[in-house]
Amino acid sequence: MANEAGTDAPAVDGEGVRRRDFINIAAVSAAGVGGVAVVVPLVAQMWPSADVLAESSTEVDIGAIQPGQAIKAVFRKQPVFIRNLKPEEIEAANKVDVATLRDPQTLAERTKEGHENWLITMGVCTHLGCVPLGTGEGESKGEFGGYFCPCHGSHYDTAARIRKGPAPKNLHVPDYEINGTVVKIG
Amino acid sequence: MSFPWAKEYKPSHPFMVWMDEKLPLPRLVYNAVGGGYEVPRNINYLWNFGFLAGLCLVIQIVTGVVLAMHFGGDTRVAFDSTEHIMRDVNWGWMLRYGHANGAAAFFAVIYMHIFRGFYYGSYKAPREMIWLLGVVIFLLMMATAFMGYVLPWGQMSYWAAQVITGLFSAIPLIGDPLKEWLLGGFAPDNATLNRFFSLHFLLPFVILGVVILHVWSLHIPGSSNPTGVEVKTESDTVPFYPYFVAKDGWTIGVFMIVYGMFVFFMPNALGHPDNYIPANPMQTPAHIVPEWYFWPFYAILRSFTQNFLIFDAKLLGVMAMFAAILVWFFLPWLDKSPVRSATYRPLYRKFFWVLVIDVLILGYLGGAPAEQPYVLISQLATMYYFLHFLVIVPIVSSIERPDPLPFSITEAVLGHDRAAASDAQG
Repeated sequence: MANEAGTDAPAVDGEGVRRRDFINIAAVSAAGVGGVAVVVPLVAQMWPSADVLAESSTEVDIGAIQPGQAIKAVFRKQPVFIRNLKPEEIEAANKVDVATLRDPQTLAERTKEGHENWLITMGVCTHLGCVPLGTGEGESKGEFGGYFCPCHGSHYDTAARIRKGPAPKNLHVPDYEINGTVVKIG
Repeated sequence: MSFPWAKEYKPSHPFMVWMDEKLPLPRLVYNAVGGGYEVPRNINYLWNFGFLAGLCLVIQIVTGVVLAMHFGGDTRVAFDSTEHIMRDVNWGWMLRYGHANGAAAFFAVIYMHIFRGFYYGSYKAPREMIWLLGVVIFLLMMATAFMGYVLPWGQMSYWAAQVITGLFSAIPLIGDPLKEWLLGGFAPDNATLNRFFSLHFLLPFVILGVVILHVWSLHIPGSSNPTGVEVKTESDTVPFYPYFVAKDGWTIGVFMIVYGMFVFFMPNALGHPDNYIPANPMQTPAHIVPEWYFWPFYAILRSFTQNFLIFDAKLLGVMAMFAAILVWFFLPWLDKSPVRSATYRPLYRKFFWVLVIDVLILGYLGGAPAEQPYVLISQLATMYYFLHFLVIVPIVSSIERPDPLPFSITEAVLGHDRAAASDAQG
């Protein structure tokens, strides 16, 4: 109240914008905008940096992978499963009624035309990101013959679709193209 | 604030008199944890865990700061520098084992402290704010412990980072970008390790700050006590110094024996051998489990295996896990009984012990593999956990007929309270 008494503007029934009010709002707004602007770099520095983003594609030679075999490749520092499906595995995947699946997709939708035997998916469980088993010789392939995540018990089938357990989605299919025996991921 | 009969700080040395005029820090300490803080005379050993928790925080900060002098927060050197601490740094093995087991000790002490609160109704008015700040401290502790566990960059470290940040990807729409933002990449890597190191160093000091608020808000109503009856007269309290400093000193001795047993004779008993294998993003260990102090919450996370309505199982698990702690924030209002202590609440007391057994079962299940029958049992135990807080506590607190309370703390201790009785008559 004391500083109101010292104001130089004549009070007109307590209405109207005084110069002091304007300066107050202008100063607080400028400080507020400045404060918010400073937060942007502080938050943005947490996003993946340019060098991390630069490693965004990988080429893998798949010529030596026999039917029934699978390998793990590295894409963005995460495992990618490249699997050469056997005819009976393709058949098993196609026999499933898609409507009954948690994440309905056909094998054809998850592979490239003319390369239906090449099942290329991220090796990252869609539950919490563990690497499922099933690529190596003798590893558990789960109840549906595809992959099995040991962390929380998710079972994937021969199209790497989620069939049982807590994972919400099928194993993610990354962008890739097949040129002869070379697959380019990313 | 304090009771009117609390002793006042009276410095006698001229320097302390001078100091008291310029910066009354000694006065603050005297009133907080000295002769100036009056404490109910009947508090039992369960009240010692708050002081022990403070000691654990100090142990963690001291050992942590010196460990940081030898550790490198970079994926190329983190694992090796941890081994360098173990093998080459003078007394490094003791500092690291002390820090790793210190985290476990901190949680053990905090769980006793929290369950003391559940039993004696410490969260009830006028102490709600103390309780709320305590839950905040617990959440900060969990974050700090998790990030610390990632630092040695062993297999368990790496997969803990992967799984825990994976929890955030369950959030609809923003989940995946949020996970990338937290990790600074598509999977845990150098950016992740480095920021976790930075935050792991920072958060203990944030915890210290909230602990100061916790103690500050405690000193407004004063400590609770096993009867739950508020302090009435001078005969109900004794000064913190020397009485409870001495009593806390005794439990510190007991604590140090147990802690020393772990650090010196079984330093890896609570750890996982897989964490002595360097992080390998291509290979998940066969059996990944968090540290024992996260097991009850981990069991709750894993108990959701079916989608429900629009929520998928993963999101439900994550929400339930966080809700298991967030529900504590509402406890002061869920428990409507005006009687604080379970000593005088025959029905609540039974359900308290059922909750203890339920949490122990969840703890066991969280460490067990994700198979039947463990999954089914953890579903039942999870259901009971939420039933306790959301249904049983509110209902019991409205229908229960409590036992008669003692007139005062003094009466509870001595069997009579002549001073207070004559006051009441006069």
